[in-house]
Amino acid sequence: MAVNRVDLTEDAAALLRRLAADHGPLMFHQSGGCCDGSAPMCYPAGEFRTGGSDVHLGDLDVAGVPSPVAVWMSAAQFEYWKHTHLTIDVVPGRGSGFSLEAPEGVRFLIRSRLLTDDELTELDDN
Amino acid sequence: MTKYAAPGEAGSVVAFEPRYDHFIGGEYVAPAKGAYFENPTPVTGKTFTEIARGTAEDVDRAVAAANGAAAAWGRTAPAERAAVLNKIADRMEQNLEKLAVAETWDNGKPVRETLAADIPLAIDHFRYFAGAIRAQEGSISQIDDDTVAYHLHEPLGVVGQIIPWNFPILMATWKLAPALAAGNCVVLKPAEQTPASIHVLIGLISDLLPPGVLNVVNGFGVEAGKPLAQHKDIRKVAFTGETTTGRLIMQYASENIIPVTLELGGKSPNIFFADVASAQDAFYDKAQEGFAMFALNQGEVCTCPSRALVQSSIYDRFVGDGVARVGKIKQGHPLDTDTMIGAQASNDQFEKILSYIDIGKQEGAKVLTGGEKSDLGGELSGGYYIQPTVFEGDNKMRIFQEEIFGPVVSVAKFDDYDDAIKIANDTLYGLGAGVWSRDGSTAYRAGRDIQAGRVWTNCYHAYPAHAAFGGYKQSGIGRETHKMMLDHYQQTKNLLVSYSPNAQGFF
Repeated sequence: MAVNRVDLTEDAAALLRRLAADHGPLMFHQSGGCCDGSAPMCYPAGEFRTGGSDVHLGDLDVAGVPSPVAVWMSAAQFEYWKHTHLTIDVVPGRGSGFSLEAPEGVRFLIRSRLLTDDELTELDDN
Repeated sequence: MTKYAAPGEAGSVVAFEPRYDHFIGGEYVAPAKGAYFENPTPVTGKTFTEIARGTAEDVDRAVAAANGAAAAWGRTAPAERAAVLNKIADRMEQNLEKLAVAETWDNGKPVRETLAADIPLAIDHFRYFAGAIRAQEGSISQIDDDTVAYHLHEPLGVVGQIIPWNFPILMATWKLAPALAAGNCVVLKPAEQTPASIHVLIGLISDLLPPGVLNVVNGFGVEAGKPLAQHKDIRKVAFTGETTTGRLIMQYASENIIPVTLELGGKSPNIFFADVASAQDAFYDKAQEGFAMFALNQGEVCTCPSRALVQSSIYDRFVGDGVARVGKIKQGHPLDTDTMIGAQASNDQFEKILSYIDIGKQEGAKVLTGGEKSDLGGELSGGYYIQPTVFEGDNKMRIFQEEIFGPVVSVAKFDDYDDAIKIANDTLYGLGAGVWSRDGSTAYRAGRDIQAGRVWTNCYHAYPAHAAFGGYKQSGIGRETHKMMLDHYQQTKNLLVSYSPNAQGFF
């Protein structure tokens, strides 16, 4: 299986299926900063305008969700994150900026692990 | 020691309503779609009230109410608006304990802090802007002998304010006081994590404001915050939160060509130069307290001094003493006046902090103390408590670069002045910083070299009105807690007046 930078848990996949049914195609942008920051924000695809200051970390293919879910992060933040692999998870929670899942009483959350040397080599080659 | 009775128990100084609607046009109105959400206290994790789940229809109604009140409120004399703000402050002061306990129950922070900081600071803030608007002057420019330019301040009209959950009443006040002083009407959305205490405040002051001047729409960001930020009839948006939502708010504001003020967090360095430890005296003790300040408000402060940088020649001793100092922080029931740190504000915040402690350990940072959740037992077992945690590591680690928003400090050493400044500025953010030195010249130069809007020098976590607060870099736009914030809530009207009786000579 190809090396990727971002993945998701089965709980997060199930939540994305529900959100996609209500809101259509989806995207993530990883937030930084205070309060609800340092967490992934989920929006209808295209709602958040990405640009030259962002990095596309990957597309999540989620069973039951017709369109891949693109995951983005600001390039400046990526510089400090690029040695880690991210897994989008979900926990019971209350608020999350304008992220779509908050009214469901849940909150997306990033779990991280260090990328191995082999993974980093392969990602650098791509 | 005093322990306040919990809301809902006999003898409590505050009683929450079982349900809060929206406050629109001077009265409470039910949400258009009729939905509510449960509001738990982080102290125990148990629900204590329910809150209207606002939608675009409610926001429309609130903006319309504000618009209806804007012309009359904008024309009131500054003295009249100042008097209203002073009355709000007096009312809050008369009800200090009630507001403090309400805030603690909604947010989880210790009552010691709400009694001594949150509510007194909010009171002073209303008084400060009452004074500032009385003292504000326009300007006059003489263009030539017959021509004068008059510059007058006018309110923007209706403004939207989206409030964070870490200091619910104080952050609302930081935004409300200048906006109301400047003659604007406000539609305010509290954080969905802490929506209740603001309604205790509204219950105390609603008779002091004309209907429609202040409106509160509750609800989730995506359902109520977003339609407020996008609303075509608001003239400015103020937001405190994080970077992605900050960008989205700027994006929405660009659609209406309106200004924004944003406060988006930080990763504040707290620098201890070697001379701090040249004597074991009151100043050394003060610097040690400065090190432990990361745990204030459970670390849920945008300016949390979450990166402690300590000069290598004093590192072992200073950090050793600092860890011992952290060990004396008393965590406990937030309504106990001896408690120094309470509960994190929500379950997701609790989970997020634990996920960062996990990546910190994976990256090889060393846990000097803490590093786990706390189970305080009894009814508090359902609450969200984390041990004050000190990590030792390297500034490139993610725990040094991301706002964890918990009682977690990451410590690194530096060799000399240049090294300190380089590490301090190696961050995306520039909101706060701390500099500790007995040498005034070193402290001054460091303060100027750090790219941050607020550099506490030989102090930390003081938030007086009349000292400007705001960010460099990705920490945001605008300066709060100072009279300059009035400018962010005002238009400039220029009357360019000719006193010459003669034609200009073009035609």
